[in-house]
Amino acid sequence: MEFLVGHYNYWIFVFLMMLGFYVVVARGNLVKKIVGLNIFQASVFLLYISIGKVLGGTAPIIVDGGGPATYSNPLPHVLILTAIVVGVATTALGLSLVVRINEAYGTIEEDEISGMDKEP
Amino acid sequence: MLLAFLAVIALAIVRLRNLFGVVMLSGIYSLLMASIFVILDAVDVAFTEAAVGAGIATILMLGTLALTTSRERVPMHTPLLPLVVTFITGAMLIYGTWDMPAFGDAAAPPNRHVAPYYLERSLPETGVPNVVTAVLASYRGYDTLGELTVIFTAGIGVLLLLGRRRERGDGRATTRGSGA
Repeated sequence: MEFLVGHYNYWIFVFLMMLGFYVVVARGNLVKKIVGLNIFQASVFLLYISIGKVLGGTAPIIVDGGGPATYSNPLPHVLILTAIVVGVATTALGLSLVVRINEAYGTIEEDEISGMDKEP
Repeated sequence: MLLAFLAVIALAIVRLRNLFGVVMLSGIYSLLMASIFVILDAVDVAFTEAAVGAGIATILMLGTLALTTSRERVPMHTPLLPLVVTFITGAMLIYGTWDMPAFGDAAAPPNRHVAPYYLERSLPETGVPNVVTAVLASYRGYDTLGELTVIFTAGIGVLLLLGRRRERGDGRATTRGSGA
């Protein structure tokens, strides 16, 4: 039971990650694929932050010159802060690619695009 | 628990075919993630996620939908192979969690290595009470500079991809931001 409570969060993250992975692989719509990629990414963020959490700890902001308080691990926070911003940059790039593809092919469905490519 | 709610929203995103609904749900998903970050003591990350993830990303996606289409078509091929692949990958990942430290364990290896050093020394060394800010801007300042380079590159990429249309002047010019 203790094992179940301690690892429940990881299983949710695996579930979210696989949902995102499924959307990226199985769905043909390019915007949906990018949303799936974001879900995938978000699960990794949550994994990192939950690893850094210490039960009974507080946010790592030191008050009054540092007392005996317990703080959660600040290092995953730093990593994920960077990752979120980079993630939005890649999302913007991906979405602009989608807009360009829509201009060139008139559709954002993967099946139709590859069908057009096969035609001479 | 909030995490289960997150899983439900993600499932709804997968099922829904109206792309406007999908984008709205992904905005809610980001906001929910921000509140989970607050619970997990990552307040800085929560700010960023709420502003950038729920705000800017949603606006960018809505802009894309306005320029393309908002209906998703039913895919022609069966999703059997992707389902098998995701189930196998998921099973392996869950098998991998057996060795993970329990949630909130103060004695877990990630919390024992260099984290206590930063918690003890960052205030005397940098004078910044927020440890996350101290690490981000002071100890790993070059890293943050590299991040700016990434955003700059992405912005140039977006401009190159979308900027040409305005020169051609086919009447479909838009006012989409350069992203991030």
